[in-house]
Amino acid sequence: MQRMPAWADAFLVPLISLVIAFLISGIVVRAIGQDPVEAMRIMVQGGFGSAYAWGYTLYYATNFLFTGLAVSVAFHASQFNIGGEGQATLGGLGVALVLLYIPWPHWTIALVAAMIGAAAFGAFWAAIPAWLQARRGSHIVITTIMFNFIAGGLLNYLLVNWMKPAGSMDPSTARFGEAVRLPTFYDLPLVGQYFTKSTPANITFFIALLACFLVWLLLWRTRLGYEIRAFGKSEKAAIYAGISPFRIIMLAMLISGALAGLMAINGTMGGQKRLILNAVEGAGFIGIAVALMGRNHPFGVLLAAILFGFLYQGGAELSLAMNIPSQLVTVIQALVILFTGALDNMVRAPLERAFAAGRRGGAPQGQGGP
Amino acid sequence: MALTGLAGRHSDAAPADVPPAIELRGISKAFGPVQANRNISIRVGKGTIHGIIGENGAGKSTLMSILYGFYRADAGEILINGRPTSIPNSQAAIRAGIGMVFQHFKLVHNFSVVENVILGAEDGALLRPSVDRARRLLAELARDYELDVDPDALIEDLSVGHQQRVEILKALYRHADILILDEPTGVLTPDEADHLFRILANLRDQGKTIILITHKLREIMEITENVSVMRRGEMVATVRTAETSPEQLAELMVGRKVLLHVPKGPASPGRTVLEIEDLRVRDDDGVERLKGISLQIRAGEILGIAGVAGNGQSELLEVLGGIARGTGSVKLNGVPLDLAGRNADGRSRRRAGIAHVPEDRQNLGLIMDFTAWENMAFGYQDDPAYQKNRWLMDNEALRKDAMGKIERFDVRPADCWLPAKSFSGGNQQKIVVAREIERNPDLLLVGQPTRGVDIGAIEFIHRRIVALRDAGKAVLLVSVELDEIMSLADRIAVMFDGRIMGERLPDQTDERELGLLMAGVEATAGKAA
Repeated sequence: MQRMPAWADAFLVPLISLVIAFLISGIVVRAIGQDPVEAMRIMVQGGFGSAYAWGYTLYYATNFLFTGLAVSVAFHASQFNIGGEGQATLGGLGVALVLLYIPWPHWTIALVAAMIGAAAFGAFWAAIPAWLQARRGSHIVITTIMFNFIAGGLLNYLLVNWMKPAGSMDPSTARFGEAVRLPTFYDLPLVGQYFTKSTPANITFFIALLACFLVWLLLWRTRLGYEIRAFGKSEKAAIYAGISPFRIIMLAMLISGALAGLMAINGTMGGQKRLILNAVEGAGFIGIAVALMGRNHPFGVLLAAILFGFLYQGGAELSLAMNIPSQLVTVIQALVILFTGALDNMVRAPLERAFAAGRRGGAPQGQGGP
Repeated sequence: MALTGLAGRHSDAAPADVPPAIELRGISKAFGPVQANRNISIRVGKGTIHGIIGENGAGKSTLMSILYGFYRADAGEILINGRPTSIPNSQAAIRAGIGMVFQHFKLVHNFSVVENVILGAEDGALLRPSVDRARRLLAELARDYELDVDPDALIEDLSVGHQQRVEILKALYRHADILILDEPTGVLTPDEADHLFRILANLRDQGKTIILITHKLREIMEITENVSVMRRGEMVATVRTAETSPEQLAELMVGRKVLLHVPKGPASPGRTVLEIEDLRVRDDDGVERLKGISLQIRAGEILGIAGVAGNGQSELLEVLGGIARGTGSVKLNGVPLDLAGRNADGRSRRRAGIAHVPEDRQNLGLIMDFTAWENMAFGYQDDPAYQKNRWLMDNEALRKDAMGKIERFDVRPADCWLPAKSFSGGNQQKIVVAREIERNPDLLLVGQPTRGVDIGAIEFIHRRIVALRDAGKAVLLVSVELDEIMSLADRIAVMFDGRIMGERLPDQTDERELGLLMAGVEATAGKAA
């Protein structure tokens, strides 16, 4: 028996959570002596109010789209991949190796090659925990989180000892060539007129949209997706149906890792144009919140990714424009994650009761136990 | 009901002036729509061993969980030594002098015996005095009851039988006067079981009251004074063990129902389809569940497997269906099946021509959150007819196929977009049966085809199974419903304790004889009764 209409589950619950999160954020802003209404105005203006704002919001959203999709795909196979951070880090390494050591004639070919590099390195980094889970039963949450640290350490070592240009003090690679620079929104026809040259949002955003569609296609239109979802719902039933748990865990995690790795196309290839330390900047973890809020559906992930892109960009503007420390902006972001993700049930349970009460008013229904 | 005659034999063990150690009055408990216990009353005399017997799912464990404070009864009263007692949690049960030995032990494996015994019952902040006291007590108990265990051994180094003794010691350490043992011999070797019974007899002789939950008739006959029989959440009889017999208990456990008539002509068996030789299966704990099964099924024949639930029937279905692994030899149409290698999976079995209606449709046969049309293809998702091209599935074809099956099997409501969990039990089962039968398999495995299914659907499903037989296919039918076996099967094999006790023809046997075989009583010559 459906307890709540689907639309309420998909939209109303996150919306109410969001409103509560912003109300509490308002109280926090008030508590440090600033005007919450003004703060909200600056955030919205800074995140959505101009082409410049959109240019940044969508740039961040692209990162979160990839990591959010990564978490979603694994989640459908009941694998909680919290290693998006490490997989995206390795993805960056893949991009850098492809772009630094091969002279690409044109950005299009370079993009394809860099995508293969990013996806392969990300998938590889997810494959080891996946294998350990599928064959040895090591819990994937533990192993993926450990692999985040290993990835960070590995990149640090490689940058400092091998990949940094001679004489440089900065633990980062040399800039990629001008030939492999990805077109930003400014370079694109039609939309280009609205954006300035400094807009970081680039063509990767459209690749992310395509990935969104392909993930939807994978999950609900392919046999593999069918098997992933069946396995995720019931491992016992999947075994009855002849679905190999090993195969599903491996494939779901490989796809998940590849998606996380692809994030580096946006950041490393499109944004920084060189491989820097900590290029991922927590986007791997934000991906968990994005997937949670998006109900692990690609369309929901898209909306949630744009929301978090807005929080990042609007928050940055906020700390610039008002006397609000950047740590407090992090608090606001954390409140949104807390309410839309962790405290989801706090909103859902009363809402379900409200809907149930509404239904009882209409027609009496035989309700079973909880 | 055939049971009314037994009501007069309802007996109290204890003399009238001593209140029973435990008295339950009108206990009822429902989980959602499932009535696990219905108006149960029972009196357990002080200083006796009282058996509670019934099939899996009869409600025994629920009743004991109520007594031990895990669940609260919806209605009814508990009296301990004649005093009404409320048992809201297990601490209250322990205070009331009740100790429980679970089927799956609740021990800390890297703790020693003495540490496990005092765990949760330490005297104070310091461990030392408790440990010393426990050590002294363990020595006394070992002497008095043959309950000897090395107090400093680690649990993980002990055999299962010894671990069970630790559980009993734990209860006694907490001053239990009433001991409940839930299927205590399921994990024991025969020698260990005999030792356990000696311990229990000693405890009884010292005035302890013991409730023994089991589905093994031999144990009941051997050690109990009184026995209560449960079936489908009801207490159907309580009798003195000395005045009953295994066959009567078997009959009470399985129960009789209105015999359903299945219109079916005589079978015309053809070539051998399934040939099983010395099939063995171990469960995850390494306990052998199938102990060398050999049988054959021919084309156009329904072989019914009768038996009390939990005697290896599930494992037989699982190993044939590619879910469990085993050893031995199984040939389908003369071709050996892979029992433990790469191809010992459901996919290979389906490809070989085996369809499987599993016993547990909600956990195995269906994905409850999937729609009906997704479920109608479950297990056959790689069928070329379901693919649009190399990459994509043809969901349109799946839905069309599902609607056809829904129509032919009269699934209600006839809506292929509803999730499986929204259908009633009978209609869920029709979804599974439709999916498996319409594959037209050479061998159909069917487990409990009509459990929790309404009368109308039962008849429908039976007809379909017979129709498949008449089309020259082989059917392996596992059911704990004796009449279902009697009316549907062309040949009956009775399973007990992982073995085939014997084979009978339905028109040359009766429920009495089958009941004896189900109880593990070796058949005497012919039909001596």
